[in-house]
Amino acid sequence: MNETGFDIIVLGGGPGGISAALTAHARGRKTLVITNPGGTTALAKAHTIDNYPGLVGMSGADMLAAMTKGLADKEIPVLTGRVTGVMPMGKTFMVSVGTDVYTGKALILATGSAQPKAYPGESELLGKGVSYCATCDGMFYRGKKVAVIGLSAEAKEEANFLTGIGCEVEFFDKTRAKRYEIRGEGKVEELLADGAAYPVEGVFVLRDTVASAVLLPGLDLDGGHIAVDREMRTSLPGVFACGDCAGRPYQIAKAVGEGNIAALSADTFIKEN
Amino acid sequence: MSVMELTKDNFDATVASGDTLVDFWAPWCGPCKMQSPIVDAFAETQSAVKVGKVNTDEQMELAQKYGIMAIPTLIAFRDGEVLQKKTGLSPAEEIEAMFK
Repeated sequence: MNETGFDIIVLGGGPGGISAALTAHARGRKTLVITNPGGTTALAKAHTIDNYPGLVGMSGADMLAAMTKGLADKEIPVLTGRVTGVMPMGKTFMVSVGTDVYTGKALILATGSAQPKAYPGESELLGKGVSYCATCDGMFYRGKKVAVIGLSAEAKEEANFLTGIGCEVEFFDKTRAKRYEIRGEGKVEELLADGAAYPVEGVFVLRDTVASAVLLPGLDLDGGHIAVDREMRTSLPGVFACGDCAGRPYQIAKAVGEGNIAALSADTFIKEN
Repeated sequence: MSVMELTKDNFDATVASGDTLVDFWAPWCGPCKMQSPIVDAFAETQSAVKVGKVNTDEQMELAQKYGIMAIPTLIAFRDGEVLQKKTGLSPAEEIEAMFK
């Protein structure tokens, strides 16, 4: 994609994000959806959905495909990748995905229920050996021993990248360990996985999503969800949230409704600013 | 004040006296592209602090010397000594606070 400047950037391609993008587009806003590779969410795995009006008995995967097609029909761009940074710049926001940067005048967070919880030591050692992006920080670990906690779909590829540039990689897939702790004084010294110690200088924690509060310092949370008001406004001006990340119940109907409101609020915000 | 490109040849002499802000970055790093204009704006709006950038791809020695493990990293120097080091994106107000 060559285009990098947008009105509204939606983070998340589930029902909430799709609904927000469709409404934003209908309001004439240039909209970008950034999403994970599909198939990992609870919705994609749901056997049947019985409480969504008009589409009773459809599988989650079929429903998601039908909704996603709505974006393609309107030619709303969808970018697959993981957001690694967000920066408010006064009138706009910058959003980095891999090596690319996109700007938007408002952001809608629709990142789903999988709000990751940090492991002990993770937040304290972020940037001091803990990294969320192998392609970003891998170069600083050449010739060193690193651990990869690979929870995302592309984790194996990122681990291969690290091996390729000369890192000695200890790979943990979803099943290898359940509990992790990252230890070190001022920098990473070891990873504990189910109690077993691995001496490493870096730990790459590769999840499907980076926690919204890590991406956007100052974003208020409420019991593990992003705090929002009735207009789907978060604590940060120009940032809106909808769907599972904004609270229970984790239902498609609720996400779709909130996505609609979030887009209308974002549209109003842009008009007024 | 304009932004200097720092290499191992001019680094020590630049940071040796007064206040200097150094932005460690690389061309393939998305968040660095977001940090860069903020650092440029900081350089333009004041003259008390010198501002330099280190391309870590080309200046691996400097990156290693200052223990860079992720980029962008900003280091505030005062008379050659590290005053503060910040990894990850830093908004303008945090950059100013690094020298206080």
